[in-house]
Amino acid sequence: MSSSGSGGDRGRNPDREYVDEWSVRRIVRTMIPLLAALSVLQLVSGAVLETYQETLVSNPALLVLVPVQIGTAGNLASITCSRLTTQLYLGTYELHPSNPDLRANVGAVFALAGTVFGAVGVAAWGIGVALGGTLGLGRVLLVSLVSGMLLAVLVVVASVAAVEVSYRVGLNPDDTTIPVVTNLCDVAGVLILFAVVSVIV
Amino acid sequence: MPGHDTARDVYRQALPVILVSLVAGLFSGTILGSETMRAGISEVPGLLLLLPAFLATRGGVYGSLGARLSTGLHQGLIEPRFQLDSRLTNAILASFINGMTVSVFIAVITFLWLRLFGNAGNLLELVGIMVVAGFLSAVLMISVLIAVIFVGYRRGLDPDNVIGPVVTTLGDVFGISFLLVGIYVVGAIV
Repeated sequence: MSSSGSGGDRGRNPDREYVDEWSVRRIVRTMIPLLAALSVLQLVSGAVLETYQETLVSNPALLVLVPVQIGTAGNLASITCSRLTTQLYLGTYELHPSNPDLRANVGAVFALAGTVFGAVGVAAWGIGVALGGTLGLGRVLLVSLVSGMLLAVLVVVASVAAVEVSYRVGLNPDDTTIPVVTNLCDVAGVLILFAVVSVIV
Repeated sequence: MPGHDTARDVYRQALPVILVSLVAGLFSGTILGSETMRAGISEVPGLLLLLPAFLATRGGVYGSLGARLSTGLHQGLIEPRFQLDSRLTNAILASFINGMTVSVFIAVITFLWLRLFGNAGNLLELVGIMVVAGFLSAVLMISVLIAVIFVGYRRGLDPDNVIGPVVTTLGDVFGISFLLVGIYVVGAIV
């Protein structure tokens, strides 16, 4: 496997394809339009967050919940996408409920979500109290767990869909899936959180 | 081996890193709520608006760099060693270009958004802050990411399970901190 440049060996087609997949031009051109579009989407999410500023400021526990919740959803999303993509390249990926690799991914996401969003709820409550908040532990925990598990469902569905679509369209899932799914989880995370908050709080 | 882990394997490998990232997330939330940051937010119009986009692109740009390097390692296309391999340097250069371009783009669309909705905004100030914050986070993210992936891979850790948490953790904590640095630097010049 030659590691220096693509010139000189035009006869070796497989190698040329790999080098092309790793060229600066190709990576930049695949990603820039995507990142630009997603930035615009995030701007909308920033504006949504801004309109809820008062609710957030009056309940510090919820304010703490926002970035942590979204960050954790992003973590779960990138683990899932990254694993699915590697499985795709290794040839073990197949979209079927009986696929053991897929089941392991999904099972792990839900187990991690249950563990982490429980801990997030307690931590956010503690910090909220320290900052002078009045929300009870049960309520913050319920908000964290309900919105967290809804996000986990979204993470799994969105990751599988992103890998499938990106593969079928002919884009490298490594470049496309993580930005798409983490951004989707950011925006949906804000919406889900506020939907749950309006029901529970 | 990779791709054949059970749910329990994935859980056990990912949980510690996610918990660390959780603590860091709470920490970055505290930085965001601090007096200094809130003062910056009220002084620079548009800062709150661009914050989600700025933080999200850290994840997008460097998360995909991590995923690419991880797949490259699994496929045997790159080596887990610090050497000037063309695929490795290509991937790094591309993610740097992506990070800087998108940072400037975010500053511009934030400015346009502010103009559209009748608020005052300073294009030069926003671009300056994003260039400083974008550059600092690019340097930090790329160095740490490569170190973590290569060292982790050589110790038998599947990079796919750790890149995401590492990227979001560092992206948020240092993203917000470098945003503060950007505000200071631009404030000192303007």
